[in-house]
Amino acid sequence: MPVVRVEGVHKRFGAVEVLKGIDLTVEGGQVIAIIGRSGSGKSTLLRCINGLEQIQAGRIEVAGHGLDASAKGLRDLRKDVGIVFQSYNLFPHLKVGENIMLAPRVVLGVGKAEARRRAEAALAEVGLAERFEAWPDNLSGGQQQRVAIARSLAMQPKVMLFDEVTSALDPELTGEVLQTMERLALHGMTMLLVTHEMAFARRVATTTVFMHQGRIWEQGPSERIFSAPETPELRQFLGGGLK
Amino acid sequence: MIREFSQSEFLFILASARWTLLLTVLALLLGGVLGFVVAIARASRLAPVRALAAGWIGMIQGIPVLMLLFLSYYGLSLAGFDMPPVFAASVSMAIYASGYLGEIWRGAIQSVAWQQWEASAALAMSRAQQYRYVVLPQAMRIAVPPTVGFIVQLVKNTSIVSIIGVVELARAGNLINNATFQPFKVFGTVALIYFMICWPISLLARRLEGKLNAGRTG
Ligand SMILES: Nc1ncnc2c1ncn2[C@@H]1O[C@H](COP(=O)(O)OP(=O)(O)OP(=O)(O)O)[C@@H](O)[C@H]1O
Ligand SMILES: [Mg+2]
Repeated sequence: MPVVRVEGVHKRFGAVEVLKGIDLTVEGGQVIAIIGRSGSGKSTLLRCINGLEQIQAGRIEVAGHGLDASAKGLRDLRKDVGIVFQSYNLFPHLKVGENIMLAPRVVLGVGKAEARRRAEAALAEVGLAERFEAWPDNLSGGQQQRVAIARSLAMQPKVMLFDEVTSALDPELTGEVLQTMERLALHGMTMLLVTHEMAFARRVATTTVFMHQGRIWEQGPSERIFSAPETPELRQFLGGGLK
Repeated sequence: MIREFSQSEFLFILASARWTLLLTVLALLLGGVLGFVVAIARASRLAPVRALAAGWIGMIQGIPVLMLLFLSYYGLSLAGFDMPPVFAASVSMAIYASGYLGEIWRGAIQSVAWQQWEASAALAMSRAQQYRYVVLPQAMRIAVPPTVGFIVQLVKNTSIVSIIGVVELARAGNLINNATFQPFKVFGTVALIYFMICWPISLLARRLEGKLNAGRTG
């Protein structure tokens, strides 16, 4: 059973159709990169998958559960789907450890000791084990982003979505976040990531999806997508992007 | 006959401060609860609820407190409620407080970045959990200074209820002054008592602010 199944999804903002029939399947352990021009609908697709946007037509399933529009249904789905954004959005009034323990405690009802164990494990996974007691404001952007990843991991999601998580970072901080993601991939996490880091997508993603004008224009094994793009649009995108 | 401003006069004024305090506390408790509901309603996802809350705030802020007082006092008695003036005074002060606290707190809630809502929603929190654990703690930090500012105003504005016959601090001063004709002593005393109520509130607020800002550089 695939972890994520997206079927015939259409999404409109007012009169503008942003997703024009998306079909996508993510199998357990797969790492899929989504690339494409600005405005092609990459973020919107991720946001639809964890119910931050409502779709007008089609079907989205995560771990076999259909996404219905009820508040309860949405929350159940989100327990299985971690998402990390370009801006880290840590809770500034909570220390790093508390940031991570909050959702497991109040959403999943996990006990304090277990939540702490999870938080420590998640922090270790992103290489920040010693920052449990730090305040988010005192961390670098790269560290904050890794805490945001740890915060999602502590929910033990079945799939992690990443939306251009390094775009807001200085180049020297990008590497540490990419490394963290690569390690997650290595540990078997199912991942769907929107990225402008083509070299990273090529190396780490098993599959790369090229979105163009609200459609999946071309997809395939990453190596093939980057070395032998079939459509002129992808060729042009890669040509412009890699210059 | 002209009386001296002596200990008994002083004690009379001091004792009347209990009504000022009682009115303030009641207005804060009742008005605080109502104001909180209004603030949350103002940020509701349902448009009619938002409109209702906005209407309430607009109405309260657009009416002089004096009118709220008269409406409570005469309105309630016309409606057949026989109650002491201090009750009508409390009701009107609470309504007044709800309008201003509601607006202050709405502003504080809405000043929390929308990404905080999104991040907490993505972690599968319910709306109530988002408020309880993410939004309100951050809003509180922003709300403390203007809330305290309002409380201090409220303490002083309770003097208006003397008009319907509640002998609170200001009215007591007036009565004693009429008997003693020593306005400097009398109103100096009254002013000092107001100050003694308001000053600790401001001090407390500063300490609270410091606590809420702990560990934060931003
Ligand atoms: N909340 C919204 N309301 C209206 N239009 C929106 C909204 N969100 C996105 N859009 C529009 O939908 C289209 C796709 O946006 P989306 O953010 O998914 O693109 P993207 O591929 O992620 O682009 P980028 O690379 O710039 O992040 C854009 O034209 C955008 O203006
Ligand atoms: Mg985007």
